[in-house]
Amino acid sequence: MLFGLDNSTSEAQAKGIALAKKLNAAIDDTSSFCQGQLIERALLKKFRTCYLEDVRNNADVLVYWGSDAQDSQPRPLSRFSVFPRGESRQRGYEEDRLAIAIDVRESNTAKICKGHFYRIPLRGDREFILALMEALSGKVPKYDPKRILELAGFLKKAQFGVIFAGIGLTYSIKDDIDVLVSLAQMLPNFHVMPMVGQYNMRGFNEALFKETGFVNSVKFDGKPVHDNKYSIVEALKAKSIDALLVVGSDPLSSLPRSVISHLASIPVICIDPCVTLTSKIAQVTIPAASSGFECGGRAVRMDGKVIEIPKVVENQYLSDEDILDRILDVV
Amino acid sequence: MPTVMELYQLLPKTNCKKCGESTCMAFAVALLSRKKKVPECTPILDESFKKQKEKLESLLIPTAGAEETGMIVHPELCTGCGNCVVACPVDVANDPHGAGTGCAPTNDKVIFKVIDGKVVAFNIKECRRFGKNKVLCYACIDPCPTGAIEFV
Repeated sequence: MLFGLDNSTSEAQAKGIALAKKLNAAIDDTSSFCQGQLIERALLKKFRTCYLEDVRNNADVLVYWGSDAQDSQPRPLSRFSVFPRGESRQRGYEEDRLAIAIDVRESNTAKICKGHFYRIPLRGDREFILALMEALSGKVPKYDPKRILELAGFLKKAQFGVIFAGIGLTYSIKDDIDVLVSLAQMLPNFHVMPMVGQYNMRGFNEALFKETGFVNSVKFDGKPVHDNKYSIVEALKAKSIDALLVVGSDPLSSLPRSVISHLASIPVICIDPCVTLTSKIAQVTIPAASSGFECGGRAVRMDGKVIEIPKVVENQYLSDEDILDRILDVV
Repeated sequence: MPTVMELYQLLPKTNCKKCGESTCMAFAVALLSRKKKVPECTPILDESFKKQKEKLESLLIPTAGAEETGMIVHPELCTGCGNCVVACPVDVANDPHGAGTGCAPTNDKVIFKVIDGKVVAFNIKECRRFGKNKVLCYACIDPCPTGAIEFV
């Protein structure tokens, strides 16, 4: 299995997919236990989505749902959403924008949203969405009616709204993600943006989607087959893989302890610019240049925009792309 | 940050007017806004008030680093997110295409800049809380979730 590639450039991801195809291997990335389901729906155009520049220029209602963007992403509030002035939002955050946070705890993003923080119980997102849909359709919701009706009022009045769907929301409604799609369909002025973890996760999902029609957990067996059993967690749990190539990821730190024990019994190859737990247990570790710094390329931002990332410093390391290219040559 | 009441409790509370203020409470307010200094209260220099004087001085230590507008930036709390740089209306007016659009400041007329991951205040006289026509502006305090910017 080939795992990772979320912290690699789009060129390296294309090589990785080609390598998996050639070896008839399974390929997966962290989106199988992250935002994969939402990105798949965004690529299938199940809900409206927009670029971050549109958010800056036009958005007046911003909903951070299950996402602590202030702490977990670099400058999302000051660069693109709440604070900067935009073409049709010239008067600043106090007058022109309304930031709303929906979360299980009062995160730093919620502190910025001040009076518009809606605390929900753990795994209460589905119930909250259903109550919000009731309120939007003119009924009185059973669950906290006063606050929900107030929130529904804000959402209805929005001229250009964005729901930043974080990992908290995705995990909570992962068995019924379409409930969010139905909510988005009830809000004609709203856009949904999945808040991805790694910088080029969406790039990997888009590349694999273009190649196979699926965003992750794919096995090439003559033709691409998508199944949950080809996701990293299920594959390690079922012990169905006999070798693992990890590119720019650290499954040993990010996966549950109960499933990683299988890694001890199979050969692990790690391509990473950093020393990680995975690189320490790997039989073969190839140090790579860190992309966006020691090597350049292209990457897909979380809103789907392709960004050129330049090389900043000279160094002797090979990029992920070159390493995968050489492996591909040998294979 | 100390409150006026905390400072007042440590003063002699005799309203002797030797400091030039009409009451000890007024002197406490002046102390907090850094218009007066502790030694200007002559009775507190007496030996019997030694402990109170020391406590008063220790309470006033956090306000010592304040700028002329009363702004204090706590670098240990700052995360370098740049919310204040972008939200400050003076930064937007002086650098509309840099800080105003969410990018890094492009000139030296701005009040806030993030240097080495911590916010640093410049051009403090441009601040809306400074000068004759000052207003009680909260544009840099509200966007800071860690409370790294304070006014005294």
